[in-house]
Amino acid sequence: MRETTLTVNGETHTLDVDPATPLLYVLRNDLGLRGPRFGCGLAQCGTCTVLMDGRPIRSCILPVSRTRGGITTLEGLPEDGKLHPVQQAWIEEQVPQCGFCQNGQILTAAAMLDANPNPSDDEIRRGMNPILCRCMTYFRIQSAVKRAAAAMAETEADR
Amino acid sequence: MSGGRDMNAIDRALERWEGTASRRDFLKSSGLFVFGLSAPGAAGEGLAAQPAADGPYPDPDFLQLDSWLVVHEDGSATFYVGKTDGGQGTGTATRQMMCDELDLAFDRATVVMGRTDLTVDQGGSGGSDAIERDAMVGRRIAAEARRVLLEMASERFGAPVEELRVSEGVISLGSDPSRTVTYGELIGGRRFDVALTGANINQTAGVASIKPVQDLKLVGQSIPRYDIPAKVDGSFEWAVDVNLPGMVHARNVRPPFAGATLTGVDESSVSGMPGFLRVVREGNYVAVVCEREEQAIEAAEGLAVTWEKPATAPFPASDDLFDYLRSAEPEPNLGGRWAAEVEGDPDAALASAATVVEAAYDVPFQGHTAIGPAHALADPSDGQMTIYTNDMKPYSHRTGIAEFLGLAPERVRVIWMEGPQLYGRTAADDAGFEAAYLAKELGRPVRVQWMRHEETAWDTKGPAFAIDLRGGLDADGNLVALDYRGRIANYAHVGYNQARTVLIAQLMGLRPERPAPGGAGGPDAMYHVPNRREETRAVRLPLVFETPLRTGNLRDPNGPQITFAAESFIDELAAAADADPVEFRLRLLRRATDDDEIFRRARSVAVVEAAAKAYGWDARPSPARVGSGRLLTGRGIAYAYRARTTVAVIAEVEVDRETGQVRVPRMVCAHDCGLVINPDGLENTIQGNLLHGISRTLYEEVRFDTEKVTSVDWRTHPTLTHRDTPERIDVVVVNGDPNPDRPDLPPYGAGEPSHKPVPAAIANAVHDATGVRIRRLPLRPERVLAELEAAGV
Repeated sequence: MRETTLTVNGETHTLDVDPATPLLYVLRNDLGLRGPRFGCGLAQCGTCTVLMDGRPIRSCILPVSRTRGGITTLEGLPEDGKLHPVQQAWIEEQVPQCGFCQNGQILTAAAMLDANPNPSDDEIRRGMNPILCRCMTYFRIQSAVKRAAAAMAETEADR
Repeated sequence: MSGGRDMNAIDRALERWEGTASRRDFLKSSGLFVFGLSAPGAAGEGLAAQPAADGPYPDPDFLQLDSWLVVHEDGSATFYVGKTDGGQGTGTATRQMMCDELDLAFDRATVVMGRTDLTVDQGGSGGSDAIERDAMVGRRIAAEARRVLLEMASERFGAPVEELRVSEGVISLGSDPSRTVTYGELIGGRRFDVALTGANINQTAGVASIKPVQDLKLVGQSIPRYDIPAKVDGSFEWAVDVNLPGMVHARNVRPPFAGATLTGVDESSVSGMPGFLRVVREGNYVAVVCEREEQAIEAAEGLAVTWEKPATAPFPASDDLFDYLRSAEPEPNLGGRWAAEVEGDPDAALASAATVVEAAYDVPFQGHTAIGPAHALADPSDGQMTIYTNDMKPYSHRTGIAEFLGLAPERVRVIWMEGPQLYGRTAADDAGFEAAYLAKELGRPVRVQWMRHEETAWDTKGPAFAIDLRGGLDADGNLVALDYRGRIANYAHVGYNQARTVLIAQLMGLRPERPAPGGAGGPDAMYHVPNRREETRAVRLPLVFETPLRTGNLRDPNGPQITFAAESFIDELAAAADADPVEFRLRLLRRATDDDEIFRRARSVAVVEAAAKAYGWDARPSPARVGSGRLLTGRGIAYAYRARTTVAVIAEVEVDRETGQVRVPRMVCAHDCGLVINPDGLENTIQGNLLHGISRTLYEEVRFDTEKVTSVDWRTHPTLTHRDTPERIDVVVVNGDPNPDRPDLPPYGAGEPSHKPVPAAIANAVHDATGVRIRRLPLRPERVLAELEAAGV
């Protein structure tokens, strides 16, 4: 064991865990976070997604010792107590069914819109493609991404 | 359940309840702690309090109003529902229906679902019956509560009930609206003490009548689902999230070959690993338990285990499966639902038909492959057993685990919490049994979670089908004979949480008295065919138990397989008759004029017509003239009913003749499920059904060689992704009832029917686009390309 320092949702934690431990288990079992969940452990489905310095990564395969930069989980996405526009759009579009994969969908959408505020339909499909949903809520997810993009553009215009 | 109920225990519990401030307070005052299973909703709720750790956990009595509905002092209410919500919003819809009958605002109620110690046994989920059957009981209970509250107000005001008005939990006097009393003031925190009647839980009722449909205010509204905000902000607590003090983690070690026998375990290979606690072994079941989750994963991977392969191959390879199904002797016809159904004289009619069409269809095993693998936590504290699980049938989970462990059912309780989908997979949640077994062995809370390769290879499978069809047309192109013969690889269907058929029991060597061959009827269509035979027989694969090809219920069990064959074949017959596929179907539906008590024929015609209209269907025979470009386009229709719901689906496809890739840019679904409770929730459910159907049509197949399943992850078992999503989906809600305004219009199930026709609609569209009929699922690019090349397209 050796001490590992992690910044998660703006808070710094020092933990005594095996450095090879995948980040997912530290987030869930040591820090009590519920956003990232185990789906495959193979970086194939995206259920475990978190943001590392704003970019989506698969926490199920990333050793905690290899974490570089601040981690944001679904819980850390709201700012100033206000839901992220992507989260808001997810509620307005009533996207989830079981909801188990939506952590990865929401974080991937937020990162995508951060890099490309006005994606085309094709860009949304390609950008979201790595995140699987077995309730098959893809149709509503894509609508919600568009809704979030529009809401963010409006907020930007108001500034 | 009434037979096994411990009346004394219930009486004792109710006695303690008597006179306490509320059900929640009752639980608190019994020295209980409120556990963090929050039911989102009205302030001050979170009724999911944990009863005494020392148990017992008697069944709530469904003949008592108080078991179903509690009014709190603040006038809010909690509904106790013995169902589970798999993500289709049945909790929200049930709350809408009950609030409507009770005359309470939607946001003044919460729903507690699927806790065997708190909610009456409505069986959990299955069969898309939550709204159709169980929420109708809820409506009657809520109506009865309202009746009792009105009587109490009548007494208080000294005025007859007829002179009272009710609005959102407030009763007022019609002649003097300033005189009001709230539900909370009338009964808040106290028991109704009203007995209900009913020979079984589904018939439970009070004396009050439910409202006419026209008087319902919340029903029919797209009220947002109560569970979604917490699922979006990360605060939702799932079954995977429960974390108890002293909890440890287990992982299973599965046989590397189907039917393998465990010959040795070298515990020293992992005993030095950090956090190692135990290797548990019984028969061919092996698990490793460690302090931390990642330690358990590493130890399970590192455990040195030796296995012996079975003497004979457990099954043919997946490429040889259909030859096997057609050549093997099927199991004896057992009568009942196994008997061939025959009308008229199909053989004679075929012999004299002007045209005979024959075709053979194949559907492989398909898995559930939930996005998150099986998981459960079992807590053996104080000699009881509490299981936290997403098992969709918590009541049979409880009795199954009690039997498996040799515990009295009163000492076992199951707390259902949400998880990754259900669709039949969690009707026999293997992980709950494993967690309970390991918790009993270790004497501390054990959490089990499967790995991806286990879930994809070892979850329960929808059975493979080989279906042979013959149809005869007369000289006018009318279908006069239909002969349907199915062979189904479903010899030992896994039941609902049976102590002898869950995977751990099989691996430990337990066996049911006899295998339970899964039955299947013929096509679900209202077509009038004067001469018809339908027969389905089960075929046994060499390995019956301990097999990764365990068959269980998969969304609309058997429906997509049967309907793929049946509705593809209807298109083949339409083509042989040179008829438009929609017109051909309508002709078949209208050839008889009789109808059943739920007007299924009229409602079938209505959905076929509505789908065609919404799509803008131009009548012509299929196939279209095949284009010359790289992308070939076409459209196809399929129709079916499931139970009392009718549905027609039209798919538009693009087939890439260079790659064989099929895409579905547009879908139309016309759907008649009677009374619609929540239109947006219904639309979401139908969209999911359609896309899940596209996935099963284009991609999903469980592959195996003669030793093991080789579909073990998302690369070897692909699924639909964002890229495949249709650009347009039109859901047309039809009410084809001859009197759509009748006050007793019932709701019918919607969780599965629109899944059923999707494979056939897509295959028919591919034929329309290319002139090539593909009779084997899935339509993966390599198969489509090979078929196109073979046909010279």
